[in-house]
Amino acid sequence: MLRYLARRVALMVPTLFGVALLTFIMLRVVPGDVVEVKLRADGGYVTTEILERERARLGLDKPLPVQFVDWMTGLVTLDLGNSMWTGRPVAEEIGVRIGLTFQVALMAAFISVLIAIPLGTISALYRDTWVDYVVRIFTIAGLAVPSFWLGMLLLLLLLTVFHWSPPVTYTPFYENPLQNMAQLIWPALAVGYRYAAVVARMVRSSIIEVMREDYIRTARAKGVFERLVVARHAMRNALLPAVTVIGLEFAFLLGGLVVTEQVFNLNGIGRLFVEAVSRNDFVLIQALVMLLAAVFVTMNLIVDVLYGVLDPRVRNA
Amino acid sequence: MSATALPAFRAPNPILAFIRAQPLGAAGLVVILVMGTAAVFAEVIAPFNPEAIDFMSMLAAPSADHFFGTDAFGRDILTRIIYGARTALTIGFLSSFIGCTAGGLLGVASAYFGGRADLLIMRLVDIVLSFPIIVLALVVVAVLGKTAVLGIDLNLVFAIAIPIIPRACRVVRSAALSVRQMPYIDAARAGGYSSTHIILRHMAPNVLAPYLILLTAYVAQAILLEASLSFLGLGVQEPKPAWGLMLAGDSANFYQEAPWMILFPGLAISLAVFAFNLFGDSLRDWLDPKFRT
Amino acid sequence: MNQVLHLDEGCSHTRPPGVDEPILSVEGLVVEFDTSRGVVRAVDGVSWSVRAGETLALVGESGCGKSVSALAVMRLLAKPAGRIAGGRIMFQGQDLLSLTEGQMRERRGRDIAMIFQEPMTSLNPVLSIGLQLAEPLKIHMGMSDAQARERSIELLGLVGIADAERRLAQYPHHFSGGMRQRVMIAIGLACNPRLIIADEPTTALDVTIQAQILELMKDLSRRLGITLVLITHNLGIVARYADRVAVMYAGRIAEEGPAARVFAAPRHPYTVGLLRSVPRLDRARGGMLETIDGAPPNMLHPPTGCRFAPRCRWRQDICATDPALRQVVPDQSSACHFAEDMPPPPQPLSGHALAPPNAGAMLLEVKGLTKHFPVRMRGFFGGTATVRAAQDVSFRIGRGETLGLVGESGCGKTTVGRVVLQLEKATGGQILFDGEDLATVSSRRMKELRTRIQVIFQDPYSSLNPRMTVGGTIREPLRKRLGFSAIKAQARVEELLDQVGLLREMADRYPHQMSGGQRQRVGIARALAMEPDFIVCDEPVSALDVSIQGQIVNLLAELQGRLGIAYLFIAHDLAVVRHLSHRIVVMYLGRVMESADRDALYAEPLHPYTRALLDAAPIPDPEVERGRAARALTGELPSPLSPPQGCVFHTRCPLADAQCRSVIPPLREIRPGHMAACIKI
Repeated sequence: MLRYLARRVALMVPTLFGVALLTFIMLRVVPGDVVEVKLRADGGYVTTEILERERARLGLDKPLPVQFVDWMTGLVTLDLGNSMWTGRPVAEEIGVRIGLTFQVALMAAFISVLIAIPLGTISALYRDTWVDYVVRIFTIAGLAVPSFWLGMLLLLLLLTVFHWSPPVTYTPFYENPLQNMAQLIWPALAVGYRYAAVVARMVRSSIIEVMREDYIRTARAKGVFERLVVARHAMRNALLPAVTVIGLEFAFLLGGLVVTEQVFNLNGIGRLFVEAVSRNDFVLIQALVMLLAAVFVTMNLIVDVLYGVLDPRVRNA
Repeated sequence: MSATALPAFRAPNPILAFIRAQPLGAAGLVVILVMGTAAVFAEVIAPFNPEAIDFMSMLAAPSADHFFGTDAFGRDILTRIIYGARTALTIGFLSSFIGCTAGGLLGVASAYFGGRADLLIMRLVDIVLSFPIIVLALVVVAVLGKTAVLGIDLNLVFAIAIPIIPRACRVVRSAALSVRQMPYIDAARAGGYSSTHIILRHMAPNVLAPYLILLTAYVAQAILLEASLSFLGLGVQEPKPAWGLMLAGDSANFYQEAPWMILFPGLAISLAVFAFNLFGDSLRDWLDPKFRT
Repeated sequence: MNQVLHLDEGCSHTRPPGVDEPILSVEGLVVEFDTSRGVVRAVDGVSWSVRAGETLALVGESGCGKSVSALAVMRLLAKPAGRIAGGRIMFQGQDLLSLTEGQMRERRGRDIAMIFQEPMTSLNPVLSIGLQLAEPLKIHMGMSDAQARERSIELLGLVGIADAERRLAQYPHHFSGGMRQRVMIAIGLACNPRLIIADEPTTALDVTIQAQILELMKDLSRRLGITLVLITHNLGIVARYADRVAVMYAGRIAEEGPAARVFAAPRHPYTVGLLRSVPRLDRARGGMLETIDGAPPNMLHPPTGCRFAPRCRWRQDICATDPALRQVVPDQSSACHFAEDMPPPPQPLSGHALAPPNAGAMLLEVKGLTKHFPVRMRGFFGGTATVRAAQDVSFRIGRGETLGLVGESGCGKTTVGRVVLQLEKATGGQILFDGEDLATVSSRRMKELRTRIQVIFQDPYSSLNPRMTVGGTIREPLRKRLGFSAIKAQARVEELLDQVGLLREMADRYPHQMSGGQRQRVGIARALAMEPDFIVCDEPVSALDVSIQGQIVNLLAELQGRLGIAYLFIAHDLAVVRHLSHRIVVMYLGRVMESADRDALYAEPLHPYTRALLDAAPIPDPEVERGRAARALTGELPSPLSPPQGCVFHTRCPLADAQCRSVIPPLREIRPGHMAACIKI
């Protein structure tokens, strides 16, 4: 098991390296650059000389391979460089925002999975009845409603019906849990809807598939109670594909936050990312992309390990 | 079950058969067709000019003149939604088509040739898959810039199509891998036909079903993505009408006073995506014998 | 308990009352399925019964409703598509259809157990064997964990699984197909049921394993006094194991009676046809195989009147009315208007005898063929391993000759075929086709040679491109490889359709609009289109029903006689091969065990494995079966990933000794033209 884990972790490295290389190449073919955007934004005429000096300061005058090696060395030593826009260390920029974003994401994931698994199961077991239709429409709608719009509607609802607005300043959970939740539960619900829909659909279809399996018929032929057929024989098998979706969609949950944070005025990773893109702040973009890719790859690893725990065929082939 | 092993005869009219078997999907299709018609004939249908600014009726509530009200520039929201359908469907279809076709062909070729080529392609796909869709789209936007090329937003189309490619590639490849195992492919190889002939004549037609399903599903995704990017100000640019854009800017500031500004564009996005998902879902159920009873 | 016999219009099992009361009787059962194309009556007024302690076989071809009627007894029809639309199912005097779902559940596994066809998928992959075995014990017998465990160990011992205690903690993937079926039997026996229904319990297994499982079931049911309902399409199994037999056709019972009587004096033309069309191991080939014309009806629109009439040789006007199932002679019933005086069967078809081989003219010579596959292992510790699919295989095929290549799963027969076709590259050895080594010729030359070497596959469902019409499939080689003009190709397609016995208008059909046998004919036409010298036939009839098998075998024989094509005929069934082959090669775990002319092989098999194969296959004749000793080969088929050292067969061989474990026996000529790889003969 340990050896397997070590091998799997080692396999993450080339993927992350690939992500780094791809991001780097893409961002360096960009015509404009941060220097111009930044200096021109201040208005007025900028001489080439000033541009060059600024570029040199940011290390943009070096040949591309050197820049890449510099960056990679930085990554390995956990020195992510400085933002090209604010000049502050990237690690610091991310550090102050990461807690908020992850808290929202984790809350969303938790609530969603809690709702989605029973919902998907019920829908599958009552297939083609009105229960199933309601759940299916609810879940397809979950895929259709943009989370940022849902966020707006939530805010509108709170304001018009309850005449209340969530707090606008971030309070860390350990300082005041209530205040913290009052602010963050809404974006969690807004992004969680889609996640819940995806998971519920997966649970539904995999239970439907599993219920057709021969071993379900065997269990029934043994006289096993129908409840036990579902809980013991079907769920264990049906949850395997659901685990994959729960794990992999988590990374996409973070993606959803990129947009939704704008609506709730949250100063999180997503907002930072959008700002970085609009300002061509490559150093920051690169770092954030690496962060999200790392989350994705890690979730992948967790899913694989969970598979090993849940599926005896993988555990001891 | 032995009863299903009987020879099957295709129902005379596939469209009628689809409507009967998948009423929900047919409803989705109707919505799609209505939106498509609105998009094509926007000039005829829309009551106003989408970009006409009218300072006399700013933030007007829905009325007989303006069914859906007006925005902060006094532009008619209904008109902008109708024109927005054009933007959404064009970008949605184009990017899904480009993404699924490129990914699909890559997937079929990868499955057919196998070996090192397959391994390399799948490694690349794995890498690109590590980017959440919107993140990759944003990176591509950062690369291609925000401005439209040649009237349509080709930059956006590519920003949305590129993240679709590896996803389509994976799905089509796995379908193609099972087709690859089929004896009729072996029979074709034993017949001495060229690889191109086998891929185009024998493999591609048999992965058409998953391809079509993907195509519909990704139109929905693409519409949603375009709305998100436009909302962030990194997609379609003012004054061009686009649903996501209508939710951004002044709408985001004033929607508590003028909720119709966000209500209707958001509904339009949701309805379009909902319809495509409904249709795609039913199409999958209908084309996949596993889901047939 | 209710002692009255319930008679139905279609049922007349009037027996002397008393001890012979049926334990289960199905009366006028009707089962319907909703399909996308309408309602199918899969079972239409079927009645059968089984007496305590007896073994009843339900026989029939696919789609005849035999499995459906058994599932209906358990009330386990797939919901919501399938439903019981009429009839009664009396079990120990009680109508099972009148029970609530809860009462029915109590009976499942406790009074009636069921064993299914697919051992590989019938056990839950994520639950341990111990848990799956203990489940019925805890539910029905209220046993504690410890009691259930003790009983489970006892049960595994009963079904011949050694080291039971350790095995309980294992999962299904640790067990082979045969072993899983043993576990299924153990689960079935757990609560001492009165009745076990076994639905094609050995169809997915190799013939030597099939013999083990059936012997086990027979032995246990006798010893424990369990009534057995055996559902099968294999008439040999019926002859060897059944006391009574009910023959089903198109959702109805055709004939019912004691097995010995039904085989000796069938009272229904369908039974007659079925019995005559099975290729038999114990008969030398007389000419062509008997066949039943046509194919079973589409159950969406079954014919009115007698359902077998459209295929019946003795059809009369009266056959347009429904014949009732009635007692013809004591204890034997038939649903044929002419059951009382069955016309004498027509003379055996003479037709084409096996074409004499074109002596001397060698076409294909395989020398020392070896093929290894690297495989990646699953799981946490997955590395790579090597499957030795074929090891030093040699044989020769002359022009116009058939070589039968026989063996169980994993013996490498299909791999040999694929290497000959150059769908796989050989790891070693030569494949000389007309003097050229296919392993080394240029790809350009290979492309030319491909028109001369063609293939027919096992599964008629997946061997045709579902998106191409029949005409398109046959036209493709003509246009693309032989350069026919469109007009010329059209004419040739029609000629080929004639040749394989299909109608010309079928050219416009898609494969899914045809039956299995018709599809297989299309596959043959596609191969013939190239005008090949040689066709690899990879199990071309094993996916087909008995009545269709004969048609295809006959067609292949006839084409060979007419066109002088050589075949490499790959099969797992020694009986089918006997009818078509000039020479036969028997393989086991990648190696050739024996190779001989057909008659020599069947008359005097030399290798112990060949003998075991011949013994294991039951012969569809109770008279013959009674005289045969049941000699099931013991042990499991070893994995081709780690074949035994020395002689690969030594782990299961009755003759094996220490020497066999270390020496790889060479294939040596023991009699002229008769070779075997065994050091003990």
